[in-house]
Amino acid sequence: MVKEKAIPQLEGRSETALKDLVQLEIRTSTKAAAEAVTANKAKDMYKTMEDIRNFEDNVKRFFAQGLIPGFVHLYAGEEAVATGICAHLTDADYITSTHRGHGHCIAKGGDLNGMMAEIFGKETGLGKGKGGSMHIADVDKGILGANGMVGAGFGLATGAGMKIKYKKEDNVAVCFFGDGASNEGLFHECLNMASIWKLPVIFVCENNFFAESTPQWYASASDTIAERAQAYDMPGVRVDGKDLMAVYEVAGEYIERARKGEGPALIECVTYRNNGHFEGDEQKYKNRKEGFEKTLADTDPLDVFREYAIEHGLLSQEELDEIRAQSEADIEAALDFAKNSPEPRPESLFEDVFAD
Amino acid sequence: MTRSLNFMGAINEALDQAMEKDENVVLLGEDIAGGREVNHLEEQNEDAWGGVFGVTKGLGPKYGLDRVIDTPLSEMGYMGAAVGMAATGLRPVPELMFNDFIGFAFDSLLGQASKMRYMFGGKATIPMTVRTNHGAGASAAAQHSGSYYGLIGSIPGIKVVVPATAYDAKGLLLASIEDNNTVVYFEDKTLYGLKGEVPEEYYTVEIGKANVVREGTDLTIVTIGKMLYVALEVAETLEKDGVSVEVIDLRTVAPWDQETVIESVKKTHRLIVIDEANPHNNTATDIASVVGQKAFDYLDGPIKTVCAPNTPAPFAANLEALYIPNAEKVFKEAAELIDDLKARA
Repeated sequence: MVKEKAIPQLEGRSETALKDLVQLEIRTSTKAAAEAVTANKAKDMYKTMEDIRNFEDNVKRFFAQGLIPGFVHLYAGEEAVATGICAHLTDADYITSTHRGHGHCIAKGGDLNGMMAEIFGKETGLGKGKGGSMHIADVDKGILGANGMVGAGFGLATGAGMKIKYKKEDNVAVCFFGDGASNEGLFHECLNMASIWKLPVIFVCENNFFAESTPQWYASASDTIAERAQAYDMPGVRVDGKDLMAVYEVAGEYIERARKGEGPALIECVTYRNNGHFEGDEQKYKNRKEGFEKTLADTDPLDVFREYAIEHGLLSQEELDEIRAQSEADIEAALDFAKNSPEPRPESLFEDVFAD
Repeated sequence: MTRSLNFMGAINEALDQAMEKDENVVLLGEDIAGGREVNHLEEQNEDAWGGVFGVTKGLGPKYGLDRVIDTPLSEMGYMGAAVGMAATGLRPVPELMFNDFIGFAFDSLLGQASKMRYMFGGKATIPMTVRTNHGAGASAAAQHSGSYYGLIGSIPGIKVVVPATAYDAKGLLLASIEDNNTVVYFEDKTLYGLKGEVPEEYYTVEIGKANVVREGTDLTIVTIGKMLYVALEVAETLEKDGVSVEVIDLRTVAPWDQETVIESVKKTHRLIVIDEANPHNNTATDIASVVGQKAFDYLDGPIKTVCAPNTPAPFAANLEALYIPNAEKVFKEAAELIDDLKARA
């Protein structure tokens, strides 16, 4: 029996109802968030951010030395987003990632050795060297892949959401995407479908203000991405993407909501990338000397969290330093693993096109 | 037990049996049930359309609308989602209403489904079957009359099948759904009413295997889809003239059955390919190229291809009749080969 709902097509929903959907004020971390998180969770999250930073800084180094083929798109500066979101996810949940995917994959539990080897194009890589940086994936851990096609993740995540709903599971699918991708047609089609079908999909926009060299303030008709949620009848919220605990807190709310079957949400994380679109990008379009760009560029999410952790008694300086050292060691190990791994066998060129 | 069933009924039956067998088979597409959230239809558990041609009628009411999903007008969206459904364990069968719409959804095949397994080192499986319809002859004009199985078949990592009979329509669809890869299944809109002997039970037709529909010794004609019937007409006529024609229905366009075609050419020494797709970079040119390279010594004359012209499909009935390959065009191309055959006799 079709539920008797008001037909907004004739009257239109009330302006209050529309307004309530979207919160444009950028959420920051609260004291409450510290009370809701265990010390172990805090350690895990800090380790993840350190891992991402060390991983990316090293990839940058070796790419510059010519040891990594192709292109790399680095996530340094945005660690708090992947980490804060994925901290709520298990292997049974799904993420789709972007061309700037190392951070998401690490945060979702991607094996550091396998990832580094993949980036170096070795047979021991997660993709056996067949995919490279932009196609890192581990489907068993719910990582549906970094993606070289901007916006493709919307489709994959929506499909994962459809599977979850069909199987009546309480898992979620998280779709990471950038300000640029929010102008792809697939963004609109998928937010619409996720909404009409109340899919457990969380759309996480990493608004770092540049799609390659093109600013979001030029390319997007709407000032924010979060406000687009209104058109798709889902909540839209903005959060400080440099603040791990803010991301963690906001993500928790909407992920819980989705798990309960209350539908999708759009979370816009305001952030900034330390590096160019790709390594080699001169970044002429950036203005890090003044205004909001300077503020964002100068804010290091690792420092923000370290301060927060100490201020709220979550972790000590010692613990933080220990985690940093461990992370550096783990990335060193991943680099060794990658450098010492063999290239793929020639026959593997023809393998894995089809499944049996 | 076989009985007479038409092409469309065979497809409907295949979907029904596939869904009965495996609860992971989920259908999605535009109007595949039709009339979602219309009160009086929901009360009667009725589907308004069952697909634009009625091919999926009855499946929504039978299996439920969470399993036969009407999508918004979002080809890119729901085809992309279908890839995600497949990657996470379902066996989705999305319908692309007309293959001409592939432009909207091309990345789902080109960038994602065909490549994920390869790029992920074998760790992804995308068991998706895309049903779509093709074919000129319904006065549907340029944007609804194309045949793009060649275009899609040229993408590594995708299988493409084109049934020409009701029997193959059912068997190939069941095989496609069973296949753990992405298969694009092309239905000819003008064949939906075509009747044939179709077994009642569940059965599959092997993907990748062509069918020698008529045996012969003087000339091989390879066809795709409804061109089978053009070739059979040609064969009937030529037989009266003492020319024995072997007709091969390709059935699978990607990967196409090189072995069967080459075995035939070794026997007959002459080859014509009839393909209603436009003439460049298509299945017919691929077949001609491969046979030319692998069976050159067996050929007594040039390989001929009879295709649609290098134009969009026209609307006017007389023009459309000129657009689609027919027996007359085949006779014209065959003349050179037959004259040569007779000269050698």
